[in-house]
Amino acid sequence: MKELKIQPIKDGTVIDHITPGKALTVLKILGTTGEEGDSVISVAINVSGKSGKKDIVKIENRELDPKEVDKIALVAPNATINIIRNYEVAEKHRVSVPDEIIGIVECSNPNCISNTNEPVETKFIVKSRHPLRIRCYYCEREPEDIPSHIR
Amino acid sequence: MNFKGRDVISIKDFSKEEILHVLDVAEKMLPIAEGRKKSEMLRGSIMSSLFFEPSTRTRLSFEAAMKRLGGDVIGFARPGTTSIQKGETMADTIRTAESYCDVIVMRHPHEGSARMAAEFATVPIINGGDGAGHHPTQCLLDLFTIQREKGSIEGNRVALLGDLKYGRTVHSLSYALSLFGVDMVFIAPPELQMPHEVVEECEELGAHISTATTLEGLEDIDVLYVTRIQKERFPDPEEYNRVAGIYRIDAHTLSEAKEGMIVMHPLPRVNEISPDVDRTPHAAYFRQAFNGVPVRMALLSLVLGATA
Ligand SMILES: [Zn+2]
Repeated sequence: MKELKIQPIKDGTVIDHITPGKALTVLKILGTTGEEGDSVISVAINVSGKSGKKDIVKIENRELDPKEVDKIALVAPNATINIIRNYEVAEKHRVSVPDEIIGIVECSNPNCISNTNEPVETKFIVKSRHPLRIRCYYCEREPEDIPSHIR
Repeated sequence: MNFKGRDVISIKDFSKEEILHVLDVAEKMLPIAEGRKKSEMLRGSIMSSLFFEPSTRTRLSFEAAMKRLGGDVIGFARPGTTSIQKGETMADTIRTAESYCDVIVMRHPHEGSARMAAEFATVPIINGGDGAGHHPTQCLLDLFTIQREKGSIEGNRVALLGDLKYGRTVHSLSYALSLFGVDMVFIAPPELQMPHEVVEECEELGAHISTATTLEGLEDIDVLYVTRIQKERFPDPEEYNRVAGIYRIDAHTLSEAKEGMIVMHPLPRVNEISPDVDRTPHAAYFRQAFNGVPVRMALLSLVLGATA
């Protein structure tokens, strides 16, 4: 727990090694605003770590499903998910981009059907992970700057 | 090969074998498409023809195809008179229409619309063009035309001329021709060259590609596919006139062409092919337009599971 460098939590989830400055975007992608429950959420931005700066997010008393968390890999490809039980890291895994990204990224094509008032969520197929390339399921356009299209 | 219930959204959803099967069925449809033989193959079936954006040629040939096979057609030719104008979503229009019919043919101004419609509909969706996206039946009728005119698709050298950057027809066609290992020459002004991704994809499929900015070496070409250069692409009208002039085809241009060389065009043409080409044996574009009917007949019969 010492390597987390911020105050330990008893139970919950610690997302570590987030790309510096991206912690709030990570929370946004996870749909965690604090309004939806009474978990205590702490955010540390630009913390000095062993390999430069990083952000950290701690969510107390809530274990995030690693699959659900994988989508943060879009903005924080090196993030790790630590499930904490009784102050110990019970599970640890590194995020990886899922095969399909639903409802997080907006299509960069203004004429795409997913950018109209139709009742669909955006959907992207991941073509490659290194480098990250995704393709709109509907119009097949590939957004170049993916983080700027995260809503 | 079973096509029953299948959507036709993009040519990329088809393998080479499936394309050849569609063309085989289209060949069998020719006597019916020409009105020489009567058919009741799709009697009792209804096609919804939903044109969220007008396209007379595509709509008429789909409707002719359905009626030649004894089927019925309902639908609209433009969104103007429908609930779409009142703000109804396409998803709702599709879900309503599908309860009245067995197959939906649609054209829509937004890319990806047909793919989305297919998620809402249980009946097959045939894409009649989605914005700058796909137009698979155009691609199939182009292939059918090459096969009929030249005896086969393989073994031809095909030149694609004009607006290769924005022209969706040429993107799909060059992809499909690559499946057949066809050699291609992409001829376009520098500002309207074929996008890199398309060239790379064709090469990955094994096609041999060369590019040029002027029409040269016509004597080695078997198929010359001409597309319209749109005025809107050029901020300066004089620049448009200059470029359009360079790529204009007339009977004189074709004097060096091989005897059996064919000129194709998705139509409508404006002035990229001079009317004096119409009288040469090279002009294949009106036969190409007719070929839309047997090809669409083939697709309708296949997705509706009808057998001849
Ligand atoms: Zn899109």
